[in-house]
Amino acid sequence: MMASRNGPILSVQNLEKTFGSLVAARDITISVPAEQTIGVIGANGAGKTTFINMITGHLTPTRGSIFFEDREITGKPSREITRLGISRSFQVAQVFPTLNVFDNMCIAAAIARRKRGLIGGITTPVHSSAAVAEAEAAIDLFQIRRYRDTPASTLPQGVRKLLDIGMAVVGSPRLLLLDEPTSGISIEEKFDLMSVVMSALKSRKITVLFVEHDMEIVARFADRVLAFYDGTVIADGTPHDTLDNPRVQEFISGVRLKPTAAGMGHA
Amino acid sequence: MPTRAHLIGGLMFLVAAAAAPVLPDWIASLVTIALANALVVLGLIVLWRAGLVSFGQALYYCIGAYTVALLARWTGFTDAVGLVLLGGIGAGIVAALVGALLARYREIFFAMLSLALSMILYGVLVKTESLGSTDGFTVATPTFFGYPLHGQTLGLFLYWLTLVVDAIAAVLVSAYFRCVVGALAAPIRDNEIRVEFLGVSVSGIIHAKVVIAGVLGGLGGALAALSIGHVDPNMAYWTTSGSFVFVTILAGAGSVAAAFIGSLVFEAVRSIAFDVMPSLWQMTLGSVLLLTILFLPEGLGSLAGRLHLRSGQK
Repeated sequence: MMASRNGPILSVQNLEKTFGSLVAARDITISVPAEQTIGVIGANGAGKTTFINMITGHLTPTRGSIFFEDREITGKPSREITRLGISRSFQVAQVFPTLNVFDNMCIAAAIARRKRGLIGGITTPVHSSAAVAEAEAAIDLFQIRRYRDTPASTLPQGVRKLLDIGMAVVGSPRLLLLDEPTSGISIEEKFDLMSVVMSALKSRKITVLFVEHDMEIVARFADRVLAFYDGTVIADGTPHDTLDNPRVQEFISGVRLKPTAAGMGHA
Repeated sequence: MPTRAHLIGGLMFLVAAAAAPVLPDWIASLVTIALANALVVLGLIVLWRAGLVSFGQALYYCIGAYTVALLARWTGFTDAVGLVLLGGIGAGIVAALVGALLARYREIFFAMLSLALSMILYGVLVKTESLGSTDGFTVATPTFFGYPLHGQTLGLFLYWLTLVVDAIAAVLVSAYFRCVVGALAAPIRDNEIRVEFLGVSVSGIIHAKVVIAGVLGGLGGALAALSIGHVDPNMAYWTTSGSFVFVTILAGAGSVAAAFIGSLVFEAVRSIAFDVMPSLWQMTLGSVLLLTILFLPEGLGSLAGRLHLRSGQK
């Protein structure tokens, strides 16, 4: 599809967001090549979610610019950004509780496949064969087949998270932003959940930015780590380099977490 | 693609159409009114599925009725089919205007704002003496494609016209429920944030639902005006809106057919109750609603599903 493109899929320049006198984000400049998996770390209030909200159009930056596949998307409404190919999942899974897993997936797939405009919405059936096939494929991809007919309100937390991410993926995004995909998940389940998510996203060649507090998860799944502190990026590099950075250890991860203790080899 | 429901619906339509000439007059006119009101209920079901209750559908009902009555009075245009269509369009335009405002509200605020809008129309009509104030005025006798009809024949043709409008509305609304924007009712009720992040404007879809419900309300009002032969401000009064909501609870929002079943049952119970105990008919209606809520929480429309399930299990 976009394989021949060489430029970055996402490029952010001098991004800044202020709320009155509060500076929530400043001086953020990063460039993301396609198909990279980026972990975003930082303490609460460091500006991670503000950063994600600006990319998805939920917040308008005070200054700076955002380019997605060479197209400027700074300040565009979130619906338009979704249509261009950026999706997100939420810290608290956002699903349709009264619908079962299949219907949740199918409605998301149908929306992504609808023709544009009012007439498109009316002439596109919700259970078109393409939407049904994509919903079933996503159910298999995220390994939640045995919950296919379970109402989302009664799903275990981990499955609900997978459904939430799955619903973003059936829209065929090229960039996916995951806001704390493992929040509310027990430590034993976190790794399995992330393995399923990451292999699913890899197979779809989706570029991923995920916010995560667990440094072991970040070290295990990210190709690259961005460390946020006080609204800006204080470290950007391989997981090894970023997690080894003294400022990152001082402000975010704490010194007790040595790379060797995290179980990382020196690859 | 035709489904089983289409087949059963088509059969019911043919039976109802064929039965018309042999039905006693009073039953035929009762059924006509019930089927006209069923359109308003169908509109309420469209909103209901998205978690919205309108306590002001009488606004569109009344606009549809007055459009018919005023056009016939001022322009002399009396073609029944044309008048009914114009009644629906008139109400649709009003719905498109007030819908821009209504689409921003949910729950009780949506219900109360729609109620307030209908009461504004009621207030205006009551104060307008040239339109007969509280008494309203008589609707000119309609014609069918240039042929003037009277008495029983007119009643028969209005019955058929109502039936045809209902059938078209039923087919279109059930198609709407299967398309993407139509199917986005339960998702909107469940989680608007998610719908927005899937790339859809929630207020746009709700606006469209308000317009659909408005057009259906207008068609219902237009048909009722022709059938009754008289319009008055009570058509916009909150008790009229309330009775449509009543029927919707009775019918349930499970299917398109529920609107017609519910409306017919409501008119039947009301007539029988009025006949048997004229002073207590409201109590009878209340009891019926109470029993429905207790034993058929998803409405009369869910009965069909239950029977279907039971016969399937045998």
